[in-house]
Amino acid sequence: MIQTVEMKNITKRFPGVLANDCVNLDVCAGEIHALLGENGAGKTTLMKILYGMYRATEGEIFINGARADLRSPADALAHGIGMIHQHFQLVPGFTVVENVALGLKSSRGPLTDLDVVSRRMRELAAQYGLNVEPNALVWQLAVGQQQRVEIIKALYRDASLLILDEPTAVLTPQEVTEFFDILRRLRDAGNALIFISHKLYEVMAISDRVTVLRDGRVVGQVNTRETNQQELARMMVGRDVITHWDKPTTTQGEVVLEIQNLGVPNDKGLNAVKKFSLKVRAGEILGIAGVSGNGQRELAEAIAGMRRVSSGTIRVSEKIVTNQSPAQIISSGVAFIPEERMAMGVVREFSVAENAILETHAHPPLAQRGVFNFAAINEHCTKLVREYDVRTPSLDTPVKSLSGGNIQKLILARELDRAPRVLVAAQPTRGVDIGATEYIHKKLLEQRANGTAILLISEDLEEVRALSDRIAVMYEGEIVGIVPSDTSVEELGLMMAGARRNL
Amino acid sequence: MLEQLLAPAVIIGILASGIQLATPYLYASIGEMFSQISGVLNLGVEGVMLIAAFAAYYIALTTNNVVLALVVAALVGALMGLITAVISVTLKAEQGISGIGIYLFGLGLSDLLFLVFVGTPKAINGVPRLDIPALSNLPVVGQILFSQNILVYGAFACVPLAWFILNKTTLGLKIRAVGQTPEAADSLGISVARVRYITVTIAGMMAGIAGASLSIALLNIFQQNLTSGLGFIAVALVYFGGWRPFRVMLGALLFSMVSALQLWIQTLGIAVPSDIAGMLPYLLTIIALIFAARQIVTQPTALTKPFERGE
Repeated sequence: MIQTVEMKNITKRFPGVLANDCVNLDVCAGEIHALLGENGAGKTTLMKILYGMYRATEGEIFINGARADLRSPADALAHGIGMIHQHFQLVPGFTVVENVALGLKSSRGPLTDLDVVSRRMRELAAQYGLNVEPNALVWQLAVGQQQRVEIIKALYRDASLLILDEPTAVLTPQEVTEFFDILRRLRDAGNALIFISHKLYEVMAISDRVTVLRDGRVVGQVNTRETNQQELARMMVGRDVITHWDKPTTTQGEVVLEIQNLGVPNDKGLNAVKKFSLKVRAGEILGIAGVSGNGQRELAEAIAGMRRVSSGTIRVSEKIVTNQSPAQIISSGVAFIPEERMAMGVVREFSVAENAILETHAHPPLAQRGVFNFAAINEHCTKLVREYDVRTPSLDTPVKSLSGGNIQKLILARELDRAPRVLVAAQPTRGVDIGATEYIHKKLLEQRANGTAILLISEDLEEVRALSDRIAVMYEGEIVGIVPSDTSVEELGLMMAGARRNL
Repeated sequence: MLEQLLAPAVIIGILASGIQLATPYLYASIGEMFSQISGVLNLGVEGVMLIAAFAAYYIALTTNNVVLALVVAALVGALMGLITAVISVTLKAEQGISGIGIYLFGLGLSDLLFLVFVGTPKAINGVPRLDIPALSNLPVVGQILFSQNILVYGAFACVPLAWFILNKTTLGLKIRAVGQTPEAADSLGISVARVRYITVTIAGMMAGIAGASLSIALLNIFQQNLTSGLGFIAVALVYFGGWRPFRVMLGALLFSMVSALQLWIQTLGIAVPSDIAGMLPYLLTIIALIFAARQIVTQPTALTKPFERGE
């Protein structure tokens, strides 16, 4: 059983990056210890060192007071340390019990002992409320159940310190509640848990102590009971974080984006958007609120020209753009920040510079008669990266190695630099850390002040309420109401569930 | 013509030679199956078979010891498997291309060695027939199933053995895991490379035995390109069988029966151009694969992908 784990003066250098700088962390049995920090603060690196996946450049690890040399995950497991990765390490074609038994010594020598494993697994499951059917195939399980399989795997290997890397990112709100119950039971049974997160309210809800990392360094360790979200946010970002914006009153101009009776089919050919009509004026942010899957994605893609419209019209500055190609729509002045950043927003393998000129590369001054002018491209991209605070080692860095927040800033730079008349922003801050979120909000408000008509689609109600001038609520592909931005969350929630209309 | 083929003696003959001809397919494709399930496509089977076929033939020719010949063939095959493993597991080479390389190497080397050390084809005394007591006296069935050489029995014994290893042993669990989600196996302390070395070496050894079964048990001769594409069909059979031993066996039997049929058509002097008859097994490969493509659900998802530990 693990009583204490201490990481002392851990430093980890990657070529060109100092991921952890003299980090100290101590965890004891019977506590949930949150490791809080922005994306790229060094949380996962630190934990991979503890789990034997990385070797620390400097520093030592002590388990129950004795120095431990963890060279591989197998070493870590042998010391009682288990890790549940953000991307589950499960074999989808295997049953639950096969996944648990994989790599274990069998009680029957070379033969498997799945029945024995299955029996012990049920005991563990009953003890901690981790109910999963041992003979179910893993790919058929819901994500929340797969996560339980991961926890069972670790417990089966006698792990008494569990590292959970952003475990709630994949769960629905109901699953999170159940999951937290399981974590409490595990803690109360004397296990130690390290909970990696950048979500403040979760850290407040579940942890006993918090260690905050920023830029690879520990900036503080506090008892959860003696702190609050504001203080944690300040430690995490290094300054006060603005979560509430004062929207300056702008003079709203003429209608720029006008949608009439729009019908858009989804991938299955069913109408995901029905009889949808909306007007967005210059200098206005219109928020679209709704539970995911109620036609928001199809609406955004239809406006951007990436999905065919089956009925109705879309006008940009009175010009009909319905079913035009994305290139034509772009030249009409529409900018699009897609929901699926990595699939639609950037070409992963391309460099920062190449991604920055995806839309404008064929036009002077970037290209002349079909040949690139690299000096102009370089100048243009240097300007964009500086203006939009995209943190990248160089313009030639492949985009896939940037953090989510920086990729989003790069997309923002590319889209806003064209001074669009219409901006469709779909989930612009999903999976983005607090600092970058704040920055993106600031930029959206700047665009509003510049007279852009903005359609903001978001599942984050706080975001929608903070930024929008008006809020349209979508339910099953239709607008069930257009309400002022100070409408209460409860009221919006009822509309989003289809229980109330406000037309 | 049809009457000729439907005579009882001929039907028994076709079935008996069909069972016999299944031998090289079975060894090669069961071995290949292990390699593929662990995530390594081993296209060089044909080349390995050729080298091992020559090695077995040469030992049998010079020592008259078929057991030694078989052991040498298995070892030569295992060595070739080991080389394949170095290329595709350690050096992470593109598996399709390097497999073709190994095939061409085997084709050339076996021919060269044959020309240098033997010259003209000479028949040898192959693996003897083993009549299973009592069973071989059964009418019809006895002649078809229980009056074959030892390698034939061995080939069929490999099928349940392979099933058992894959489904009932910890090694089998590891092999399947490594071929589907090597990252998951790695995170549990399983060496992906080690497991793949084991399977690819087994595949080589089995290909070696498959080659020997041709040169010292079925044909008792060696010549240039003795295998004539049989190794490639074995690779196709693994897909056809959906990576399941008994289905692979069904596929092997299907092909060997068609081959037997075309041999008998030629033997009986039935008026079908021999080129057309000879084409049958290959035509069947293409048709079978078209249908097999639809049921690929059990495909090892990491097939042909070298494993690299993530960031």
